[in-house]
Amino acid sequence: MSTLTDPPKEQFRLSMLLYDTRYRSGTIQVIAMFGFMLLAAWLINNTLSNLAALGKPIDFGFFSEPASYDINQRLLEYTSRDTHLRAALMGLLNTLVVAVLGCITATVLGVIIGVLRLSSNWLVARLMTIYVEMFRNVPVLLWIVFVMAILIETLPAPSAFRGESPEATMSLMDSVAVTNRGVYIPEPLFSRSLGDIHLLGQSSLRFDVSLDLIAILVVLGLSLWAAHRVTLRANRIQEATGDRPKTWHVRTAIIVGPMLVLLIALGFHLGYPALKGFNFQGGTHLRNSLIALWLALSLYTAAFIAEIVRAGIMAISKGQTEAASALGLRSNRIMRLVILPQALRVIIPPLISNYLNLTKNSSLAIAVGYMDITGTLGGITMNQTGRELECVLLLMLVYLAISLSISAVMNWYNEAVKLKER
Amino acid sequence: MSGTHSHTVAFVRDTMLPEQDPPASEVGAVGWMRHNLFSNWFNSILTIASIAAIYFVLAAVIPWILSPTWEGTSLSNCRETLAAAGHGDAHGACWGVIKERWIQLIFGFYPSHLYWRPIAAFVLLGAALAPVLFSDKVPSQLLIFSALYPFIFPWLLWGGTIWMPIAALAGFVIGGLLFKVLSEKASTLIGVIVAVATAVIWWLFLAAPVAGIVDSILPIGIEAVESRKFGGFMLSVTIGVVAIACSLPIGIVLALGRQSDLLIVKYICVGFIEFIRGVPLITLLFVASTLLNIFMPPGTNFDIILRVLIMVTLFASAYMAEVIRGGLAALPKGQYEGADSLGLNYWQAQRLIIMPQALKISIPGIVSTFIGVFKDTTLVSIIGLLDPLGLSNAIRADANWNGIVWELYGFIALLFFVFCFSMSRYSMYLERKLQTGHR
Repeated sequence: MSTLTDPPKEQFRLSMLLYDTRYRSGTIQVIAMFGFMLLAAWLINNTLSNLAALGKPIDFGFFSEPASYDINQRLLEYTSRDTHLRAALMGLLNTLVVAVLGCITATVLGVIIGVLRLSSNWLVARLMTIYVEMFRNVPVLLWIVFVMAILIETLPAPSAFRGESPEATMSLMDSVAVTNRGVYIPEPLFSRSLGDIHLLGQSSLRFDVSLDLIAILVVLGLSLWAAHRVTLRANRIQEATGDRPKTWHVRTAIIVGPMLVLLIALGFHLGYPALKGFNFQGGTHLRNSLIALWLALSLYTAAFIAEIVRAGIMAISKGQTEAASALGLRSNRIMRLVILPQALRVIIPPLISNYLNLTKNSSLAIAVGYMDITGTLGGITMNQTGRELECVLLLMLVYLAISLSISAVMNWYNEAVKLKER
Repeated sequence: MSGTHSHTVAFVRDTMLPEQDPPASEVGAVGWMRHNLFSNWFNSILTIASIAAIYFVLAAVIPWILSPTWEGTSLSNCRETLAAAGHGDAHGACWGVIKERWIQLIFGFYPSHLYWRPIAAFVLLGAALAPVLFSDKVPSQLLIFSALYPFIFPWLLWGGTIWMPIAALAGFVIGGLLFKVLSEKASTLIGVIVAVATAVIWWLFLAAPVAGIVDSILPIGIEAVESRKFGGFMLSVTIGVVAIACSLPIGIVLALGRQSDLLIVKYICVGFIEFIRGVPLITLLFVASTLLNIFMPPGTNFDIILRVLIMVTLFASAYMAEVIRGGLAALPKGQYEGADSLGLNYWQAQRLIIMPQALKISIPGIVSTFIGVFKDTTLVSIIGLLDPLGLSNAIRADANWNGIVWELYGFIALLFFVFCFSMSRYSMYLERKLQTGHR
């Protein structure tokens, strides 16, 4: 005869913290936490005592002091009497400008090169391979200073444009001047401008919003929406009757017409650069530093993007194309409906991480004197105020914020295009 | 039946016709060109445009490269030579600068009578890497030398007493022995903690005095070289090699931590990796040049190269951790379960089953991380170290060579290209080799 009894309750012993897998992970985590806190406390303690010895307690007050240095390439209005905070803001905007410009050109170039590398043309495919290997295997910093040297050494000086028979002439019907001090392009001007709104008063973060720009954006948005409605209506008619009405002329008229009316109403014209004295006046001046950085980053990143695009296209099996054409799709629809959606799933994640790399590489602007956030906050501001800790930490935080927002976009995209299985 | 058939058919050929040659336009050079260069109008345009582009580039570059200025002593001297040779003004390279300064671009200001030491260090590096890289062709006994090499390398480059690297090695030996004894007597966990703690205490407080005492009794050593004499390509390779070698173990630990079930450990590792990967290397170099001494106990003073090495190592280990995590994730789950079902504990499973496979898969990724770090070493010129790019500015500051641009950049680019290109080719070869092994 047997009786059922509970298994004997095991007494908790101290050694179980080490030998029992139920408790051991807790022990390890407590030790890891303890070690981490100890390290952090040691570093902070060292830092505080060192700063105290140097007489520089952590203080962000320097941000409201006048920066007293100039930033020659900038988006908003800024003078050397403005504060360090405003200088850092200019730097941040400059970083974003070169990053966005670079991402756009790198993508365009990279896609072209990636497709050409797969071309059936032997010579073109080889040339593109040489391009990719040449740019991938030489440091980007070297490319940046190299492009800067090309701009400075080989382009004509502004003085070469002067005289009866000048050595250099402006390109694109006298509208663009390419000189060794930078490129001058026409700027958009409005003779009957609606004016600006001044936001945030006199603070360091003040900025002006042009009402003209807002009007243009609003009209553009409305006409795109209207054009979209026309397409939807055409789809409905096609589904109901089987005939698709021609819509392209209506859509073009809807998009172009209101915009033309608005531009004429605002008195839109271009301000051309013209040689006055020793330099060009008028127009928008893109300095060498911006162009060198932009060009070098685009060319360098394009080599990586080309490889990604090539891998993405090669990853789609030929059967997909054949199946799609067996269904009776035309070749541009095969590309749009079958190949691209699948290739993009392979291409986009590494593409975005290359955008991230480009943004981080834009910090090399300091080598050519382009005043991005590294050049302002991590460069002149840091050297002038001697606040290394505050400046470098803030600089890191700014880049971290940019990187994390880019990776948030990437995660969102990955979730959206993930294969939905079962 | 067959009779009627033979009557209805008037003629049946009973011998084969001789084979004819294919049309002349489909074979040989003409056929190849028709297929590969001029297959349709678009390809023809592309081909002609490419040929034109190649012609213009070569027409500009080749006369420039073939300029007879290898004996030039200064830029103006080169220009005179060019003018005398009828090359036209300044249209030609001034190779004199490379002939005069190539040694400096490679070794920096390293004492010239000690050049054999960096050369020996890098030749031995090849010997140490051979059993890892070409595991099928080199006897595996050489792995012992690979394990010792991390201590030989700094000793050869920086010189000084031989007892210092031996003392550093002793830390590993002490830790290893303690771990072996304690994990048999007590538990693995205690063994790990005590071994690591003892080794750290040894390195921090005991290694230097002990090495000093032994050195005063038995002085064996070679001439010491200060860090600030390091420069040129040698500096880039040193930073790259040290960063990758040190980041590999750190990266493995971080990758394991990121994969682990222990939440606190996991989040510490994720935080570190994402932080480092989220900031540009240049900000970490700013930390090295301005902040690292502030983080250390008052009075500590590292030299700048050591600080840069520390930050580049941290930078590389975050990327390495992601590469190795990719390798871990690529392993089929059955490998983990198989290890569990054999009754292996975590570390045994990692050491015997998981890591050998995961590391093998991630070697191409490790190589490309190395190429990336190696290229990024040029950034140290921004904080004032004399890597090739920094040296090129220094050379241009010389009155003789003021105004030299393309020759220096071209030479530096060529050095980097040769190095990185051969590495990437090796990595491709490895990928192919590993792929056949897996299918």
